[in-house]
Amino acid sequence: MLKLIGNRLLQMLLIMAVVSLVIFAIFDSDKFKRQIAVAELGGFAVSALSDQDYEAWLDRKGLNVPFYDRYIKWVAGVVTGDFGRSFEKAEPVSRLLGDRLINTGILAFWVFALMIPISLTLGIIAGMREGAVQDRAVSFVAVLTTSLPEIATAIVLTVIFALGLQWVPANSAMVNGWDWRQLALPVMTLVLYDCGYVTRMTRASMAEVMTSQYIRTAVLKGLPHRRVILRHALRNALIAPFTIIALQLNWILSGVVVVEVFFQYSGFGKLLLDAALFGDVYVIQAATLVAVFVAVISQIISDVGYTFLNPRIRFS
Amino acid sequence: MASVEVLATPPAAPPVAAAAPPLTLLKRLQRPRVCIALLLLMWLPLTASVMFGGYLGDAFKTWVLLPAIPATILLYVVAVASWRESPIAIIGVSLVFFWLIAAVTVPFLPLVDPNKPIAPFTGVGIEKNGHLFLLGADFKGRDMLSRVLWGCQRVLVWGVTATLVAYVVGSMLGLMAGYLAKWWDQVISFIANVLLSFPVMVLFILILNYLGASGFNIVIAVTFASAPAIMRIVRGLTLDTKTRDYIFAAQTRGEHPLRIMIYELLPNARGPIIVDACLRLGYTTVAITTLTFLGLGLQPPDPDWGLMIKEAAKVAMLWKFSYMLLIPALSVSSLILGFNLMADGLREMSLRD
Repeated sequence: MLKLIGNRLLQMLLIMAVVSLVIFAIFDSDKFKRQIAVAELGGFAVSALSDQDYEAWLDRKGLNVPFYDRYIKWVAGVVTGDFGRSFEKAEPVSRLLGDRLINTGILAFWVFALMIPISLTLGIIAGMREGAVQDRAVSFVAVLTTSLPEIATAIVLTVIFALGLQWVPANSAMVNGWDWRQLALPVMTLVLYDCGYVTRMTRASMAEVMTSQYIRTAVLKGLPHRRVILRHALRNALIAPFTIIALQLNWILSGVVVVEVFFQYSGFGKLLLDAALFGDVYVIQAATLVAVFVAVISQIISDVGYTFLNPRIRFS
Repeated sequence: MASVEVLATPPAAPPVAAAAPPLTLLKRLQRPRVCIALLLLMWLPLTASVMFGGYLGDAFKTWVLLPAIPATILLYVVAVASWRESPIAIIGVSLVFFWLIAAVTVPFLPLVDPNKPIAPFTGVGIEKNGHLFLLGADFKGRDMLSRVLWGCQRVLVWGVTATLVAYVVGSMLGLMAGYLAKWWDQVISFIANVLLSFPVMVLFILILNYLGASGFNIVIAVTFASAPAIMRIVRGLTLDTKTRDYIFAAQTRGEHPLRIMIYELLPNARGPIIVDACLRLGYTTVAITTLTFLGLGLQPPDPDWGLMIKEAAKVAMLWKFSYMLLIPALSVSSLILGFNLMADGLREMSLRD
């Protein structure tokens, strides 16, 4: 088991090394350097700049050395915890990214805290009796919410709760300090989309368990229905949803980009998009590494958890 | 979507000597070859009009769609007839074909130019400056109804093209990894693992930022993001089928590996691939709309749902103007719901067989 985890982590390091080298090579082109110059000095200034002055500017920014030199320096920095400085915000990347990750972490925490109980309950209720009224109702709602893309959900929720009823603000930029009410719409958007998928998976798993022999035996033994569900069925039915929920961590990092940009919430996703549009290579590097790290870790948690929960796999 | 019809078409009735009933028109249309011909007749003009219309002039852009209209309507009839056992699939297919029919007929409908500013911020159903705005006007005064209908062309064409290219690349790589095994498998699987360890949106942002925002680059980005997952599915199915006797027979006959992959292995992976393709069409549509919203996708001024949302999000944050956001959002949702219901219906039918 430990060997498996070790292997996966090693593979992750290899992937990170490859990815970061590729990103450095990509953002080394003249186009991106000029883009940074235009963003910093203004378009007219750059076109008026003589070649010599441009070179001097590149030199000051440390951009005129070949990308592999910069890469080696960057890797040495990363080992000691220094991720370089942002071109756009003139701030160390580690502090910038840290702040944004905390914001996204808060968002993700509430999404999981709401999504897990809701979707598991709905999924189990639906899967208990396949084809019953409650099953059909839950399945229909689940298909509907997964079919609405985050952007559409965000719009519908904003129009209803922020513009129509005016219960919560439509903008989550938190300009005047932290405001919990501004968190409501982003969290609701992500929960609505995610719930549908996890509910469907839980329902499928529960429905499969309910048709198995040992449940039939338990029912025929004359055990009360409650006891059959709670003590016998749930244990097996919750294994598959666990792995799905762990993988949602990976998905959240994708979904968060749209939601954060739409609601102007300053988190990881918005930082990544802004950095990419600006050509802020050190921020892109760090954000990508975080994304890959979270994705791989969630895959490992999902795999390890599955082996741990399912005795049939553990002992074979 | 070509083989969707093929799969769902019941086998033609066996010719019974004298008492054979004459084939009805519907039965003739349900033949796989006719279906594929109809699909091409619908798809090629639409693609030509949207992708290359700019180079070929307005007259071409309009009239090339003429043969696609009857083809689309016939295809809808055939699809409903073939899938009538599953009401879910019929609802899905109706939603998808609503937009398809809109896409091919839109130049012939009595609509105003979608890029012409008439009366800014005019509400739903109000007449102003001599024009009745059924769905209102946006912040520049362009007719929303016209923009929504024109917008579906681009979303459909680029979405389906991107999915198709991702499928061709993904299944080819999957076949190679599964059938040729050895170091082919090692290399392809490693690259797929690298790509799969990205959150999708991060990958899209990186690729599109590097290549620049345009329709063709979206196709490339979607291929990078989707092909690894498709490759895994096809690889698994290939590993499963390649030990069958008929594969050994083909090898003994001395057939080329490429021929074995395409003619012997690929048709067997058909079922799961088709269901997955319907779901993935939905994802790609979401991706295109979202990327355009983020400013990384299709470019203005031509109408597009993602673009309409992007433009409206800056100016329409008032209850009075919320139709500017709701109309494109509901349009894209209905199309995706259509694809998802189609996938559900197909899966249900394939399980029943």
